[in-house]
Amino acid sequence: MSNRSNAAIHAASACLAFASAALSSVALAEEERNIHSVPLLPLYQQECSACHIAYQPGMLPAGSWQRIVNNLKQHYGVNASLDEDTVKELEQWLTAQADRAPAMPVPPEGHAARSWLAFKLFEVETGHPPEDRITRSSWFWGIHQRMPSAMWRQLENQKAIKSISNCDTCHTTADKGNFSKHNVRAPAALKP
Amino acid sequence: MSIFPSPSVTRLLQVLALALVAAAPCVHAETSEQILDQYRTQAGTAPDPSRGQQFFTSKHDHEWSCSSCHGDKPVQTGKHVVTGKSIGPLAPAFNQERFTNTAKVEKWFRRNCNDVVGRECTPAEKADVISWLLTLK
Ligand code: HEC
Ligand code: HEC
Ligand code: HEC
Repeated sequence: MSNRSNAAIHAASACLAFASAALSSVALAEEERNIHSVPLLPLYQQECSACHIAYQPGMLPAGSWQRIVNNLKQHYGVNASLDEDTVKELEQWLTAQADRAPAMPVPPEGHAARSWLAFKLFEVETGHPPEDRITRSSWFWGIHQRMPSAMWRQLENQKAIKSISNCDTCHTTADKGNFSKHNVRAPAALKP
Repeated sequence: MSIFPSPSVTRLLQVLALALVAAAPCVHAETSEQILDQYRTQAGTAPDPSRGQQFFTSKHDHEWSCSSCHGDKPVQTGKHVVTGKSIGPLAPAFNQERFTNTAKVEKWFRRNCNDVVGRECTPAEKADVISWLLTLK
């Protein structure tokens, strides 16, 4: 990588360290069964947040991140290609922070339970969620089990909002790694 | 006293000069006109804004056009066609950050042209598009 982008990244990381120190005090108080959030590597924030929020690295296992960053030319239907050096740096950071999803209780019944079971079986067999998606991970469906069921139905057929991968449609502070249920709003399209 | 600086001062000046040269890329941002010029030179033909508009707003045997994410007239916030994430305006008059970094511009042309046209865009196509975007005021 060039000196120039390094310099920019160093400047950015100084700012980020400040911001994340302020954030983590808030996160601690609210951490019940929440996702383990880490301050984002500035390079990751820069390269992986143009088309969706920069997802927390703890949300997927290391193998999933490896496949994702090494296949950016065919990335969920779009070309998100990057140069090799950047890929290496991202891979190193992502895999070191991977696999910190909360162990979720098994949903007792209903739509959440069905999705949970299907994805859990896949994970047990392969060690990763289908398509290496957070939104096809069993923990994701476990954690959302108490969501109002009208919201669920619409979520499942994915008509009301563009995509459930778009965490910030509901989690207003998702881009800061804060998924607290106190910062959730129902998007207008989902309001009954 | 000699009018020439002492060796240590000379050394200091050399270091300062070097530092300035090294720092230059940090403060130097390109302008959209300079980036357009690079493509114009590579293309060897004059860019045509109306051809750029045509290219931008049409489909090219693929699912999306450039407008699918950036809007027909990219002076406003666009919306990613898959994720729904908002995308700042592409026209430089409405977004100062656009077309100020060749590497960034090249990265996005490479990705988006592959998604929309199924290949990289030619320098002439890039110059046409930028020349059109520069007419949007
Ligand atoms: C050019 C746009 C673009 C860029 C840049 C991009 N992505 Fe994506 N990403 C997408 C799209 C489109 C999807 C699919 C979204 C959907 O289906 O709702 C996606 C989905 C994902 C998913 C799966 C989300 C889910 O459904 O659980 C992960 C993980 C992901 N991206 C990681 C990354 C990483 C890591 C980077 C940086 C190296 C990155 N993305 C950069 C466009 C992009
Ligand atoms: C359609 C709206 C919606 C979308 C989209 C959504 N969530 Fe949620 N999420 C919720 C609701 C509602 C809750 C609270 C559930 C509860 O009260 O038990 C929640 C809870 C959570 C929690 C637990 C927070 C806590 O304090 O207990 C996490 C972690 C989480 N979501 C992560 C994600 C991630 C990651 C994504 C994107 C990949 C996402 N969510 C997308 C609505 C959504
Ligand atoms: C699938 C969605 C999508 C399509 C289709 C698309 N773009 Fe983009 N484009 C993006 C995103 C996302 C960005 C980055 C946004 C940002 O930096 O805020 C971007 C950025 C750009 C940039 C970077 C400009 C700069 O200096 O910041 C250029 C140039 C560009 N697009 C041109 C095009 C052209 C030309 C086409 C058609 C061939 C096109 N795009 C089609 C999503 C798209």
